[in-house]
Amino acid sequence: MQRIGVFVCHCGSNIAATVDVKKVTETALMEPGVVHAEDYQYMCSEAGQAKIAAAIAEKNLTGIVVCSCSPRMHETTFRTCAERAGINPYMVEIANIREHCSWIHKDVEEATKKAVILMRAAVAKVNLNTPLKPGESRVTKRALVIGGGIAGIQTALDIADAGYEVDIVEKTPSIGGRMSQLDKTFPTLDCSACILTPKMVEAAAHDKINIYTYSEVEQVSGFVGDFTVDIRKKARSVDMNKCTGCGLCQEKCPSKKTPSEFNRGLNTRTAIYTPFAQAIPNVPVIDREACIKFKTGKCGLCSKVCAAGAIDYEQKDEIITRKYGAIVVATGFDVIKLDKYDEYAYSQSRDVITSLELERIMNAAGPTKGHLQRLSDGREPKNIVFVQCVGSRCADERGKSYCSKICCMYTAKHAMLIRDKYPDVNVTVFYIDVRTPGKNFDEFYRRAVEEYGVNYIKGQVGKVCPEPDGSLTVYASDLLDNKQLRMSADMVVLAAAIEPSASVRQIATMLTASIDTNNFLTEAHPKLRPVESPTAGVFLSGVCQGPKDIPETVAQAGAAAVKAIGLLAKDKLMTNPCTAKADELMCNGCSQCANVCPYGAISYETRLVMGPGVRENRRVAVVNNALCQGCGACTVTCPSGAMDLQGFSNRQIIAEVDAICR
Amino acid sequence: MPMNDNAEFRPKIVAFCCNWCSYAGADLAGSSRLTYPADVKIIKVPCSCRVNPMFILRAFEKGADGVIMCGCHPGDCHYSTGNYYARRRMTLLFSMLDYIGVEHGRTRVEWVSAAEGVKFSATMNEFVEKIKSLGKNVRLGDLRCRS
Ligand SMILES: Cc1cc2nc3c(=O)[nH]c(=O)nc-3n(C[C@H](O)[C@H](O)[C@H](O)COP(=O)(O)OP(=O)(O)OC[C@H]3O[C@@H](n4cnc5c(N)ncnc54)[C@H](O)[C@@H]3O)c2cc1C
Ligand code: SF4
Ligand code: SF4
Repeated sequence: MQRIGVFVCHCGSNIAATVDVKKVTETALMEPGVVHAEDYQYMCSEAGQAKIAAAIAEKNLTGIVVCSCSPRMHETTFRTCAERAGINPYMVEIANIREHCSWIHKDVEEATKKAVILMRAAVAKVNLNTPLKPGESRVTKRALVIGGGIAGIQTALDIADAGYEVDIVEKTPSIGGRMSQLDKTFPTLDCSACILTPKMVEAAAHDKINIYTYSEVEQVSGFVGDFTVDIRKKARSVDMNKCTGCGLCQEKCPSKKTPSEFNRGLNTRTAIYTPFAQAIPNVPVIDREACIKFKTGKCGLCSKVCAAGAIDYEQKDEIITRKYGAIVVATGFDVIKLDKYDEYAYSQSRDVITSLELERIMNAAGPTKGHLQRLSDGREPKNIVFVQCVGSRCADERGKSYCSKICCMYTAKHAMLIRDKYPDVNVTVFYIDVRTPGKNFDEFYRRAVEEYGVNYIKGQVGKVCPEPDGSLTVYASDLLDNKQLRMSADMVVLAAAIEPSASVRQIATMLTASIDTNNFLTEAHPKLRPVESPTAGVFLSGVCQGPKDIPETVAQAGAAAVKAIGLLAKDKLMTNPCTAKADELMCNGCSQCANVCPYGAISYETRLVMGPGVRENRRVAVVNNALCQGCGACTVTCPSGAMDLQGFSNRQIIAEVDAICR
Repeated sequence: MPMNDNAEFRPKIVAFCCNWCSYAGADLAGSSRLTYPADVKIIKVPCSCRVNPMFILRAFEKGADGVIMCGCHPGDCHYSTGNYYARRRMTLLFSMLDYIGVEHGRTRVEWVSAAEGVKFSATMNEFVEKIKSLGKNVRLGDLRCRS
């Protein structure tokens, strides 16, 4: 028989105002196994914990029930307290009488009745609790960063500087991400490449960082501290060790018609290509779909001109299998497709472009060499209209419900840069709201209006019509003057919403990390654990977690690195002891349980099984405690009822059911 | 406890909530002060796939008037596939229960994420209303368990 102590917390008035805590305490004393009950203002405080420790010592308690806030808040606090006072931490259960009771009920009598029942269920469970001992698992002192944008680069640099090995896996042929496509950056207007390239070089040169570009994560198994990852290094068709980066192959390649991904399809590239001049590594890849040699067997020009003999048409994809202690996701974002927004004529006119395309046009290394011009006829535009919130803050399913956060600022940036370089160009911005929270951000926006004379109009653009003379007519509403506008423009720039990279779903599934309805990765706690995924050992860096600008991305990247370092610095980890366990006497070795286990934790062994009237060699299920995550799938599948989950056993849950239905 | 015929019928409702999504969703309903009737009592399980049909039968046997099971949205299970198993098992169990007279309305599966406090509370309000309209559960109840 257990000797249980029940501790009822007032949580100031959070609980005590709606639950009669004295009544709960008195009733507790009548429950089987309970030998002690008391209430206190704040159980989680030093003084509250001291009361628990004192009662454990005085009354020789073997089990504890704390009636308080959610176990998600303080279960660890009370378990640690119990452990310090000398009883097994898994002998503690929480009755959640705050989030699940006092905060949602108004009537004191009702809330008290419910609190009593929740207390009873917890007591009934503790009566059946058994001491559990966490196992230990080792930590592989190496981190994997998925995605090589500014977020991934920063996280890798920070982890590597702390002395741990880091691998970056980047899908495209170069690291750099979106930031490498930007021209200048708000709010300081420094050139993006000037601040990014040194970081890329630093990462490539770091002796602790290993970069796999043109590579993808293919499979992930294992758990925190001990992940095993398969990385597919796609065939580059160019030998990384031999290539000198001279670029001759790209000059000679006759297949020149593939739209350049880097320039957002505004110009074309060759079949053998490096996405941009500062690419890291500076080694081209052959796009096998575009390559004449791969399509027809003829050509092979690049191989002939390559003095280093680096071209290798026979190269195969390579699978690299590596172990990691921590994984950081930094897969970034893309801008949404605009096919559902045809009222802006994006598909009808080449002079309707997205802001990211404008970045490429404004960039000196871009398709127009930095000259602002219409893509249709190469003329310099005289009237430019910017449309904000295209697909952001959208009520219907065409777009995204959230604010993309960066568009107000980059539009102000674009408007200012254009007015600065081309003072004759008229710039009009249509907005719903201008949102510029951030250090020096509102000042930046006001400069656009006050110093650069950008014409901001509150209102939405309803339609953009391409005219036969090549101009664009913009129909819009002006909400402040309450009138309809019709305006002629020769260029329209759409601030298209951003969304997580398409591959994030796959990555999240492999990592069993959760994503929200918008495909952004979910954090373990929205306020208190913003850079950790709910899956232990997986951390979040950059826009994959939610829209952000570069300063915020870099800050989060550093935070994710610190969390990963904290994990890598440990030699051993405690594993969750609430694992499955098969009763050898009942198990008939049917193999049903292994079929449902998502972690491959169950294997079968032939063992000598002994029990009343039994002494024979039998095939029985054995659970690997280091692999079992304690989901319980196997326990329900097991037809003989042999498999049970420690800490959530059949008997414990039934005791709770009984207590509630009593 | 003598049953007063005039007293409002207060159903007994057991809600199984998975640790990662729905229990957290219920916490969020709490911290957002979104009310739902006190008739609902939550039992925490690691995953919806831990809910053995036996637990639900037991609840009805002991006098529960409704049982609801909440888990992570399909595709979002913390253990990746647990809720798929749960969904299949519950589909079977609920139709069997319906067949023996425990109406479909008394059982329910709902996916509630950690961010869906509003959905949690709305679901519980709806479910309690439904159970109230169905009245007391008489099937499966073990009379020896009644006081
Ligand atoms: C038009 C525009 C203008 C902007 N202007 C500014 C500005 O002036 N100032 C500012 O502060 N911010 C600006 N931003 C925001 C800025 O671009 C982002 O904050 C920043 O790029 C986020 O970095 P990231 O590393 O999180 O994501 P990304 O830059 O998107 O990097 C993600 C990387 O991960 C890779 N990846 C994706 N999926 C996988 C996978 N499955 N496996 C391996 N690799 C993968 C991608 O190829 C990419 O290299 C602008 C954004 C836009 C769209
Ligand atoms: S072999 Fe392919 S990549 Fe090389 S030059 Fe010919 S087309 Fe270009
Ligand atoms: S509880 Fe889940 S993880 Fe553990 S052995 Fe069973 S199915 Fe596998």
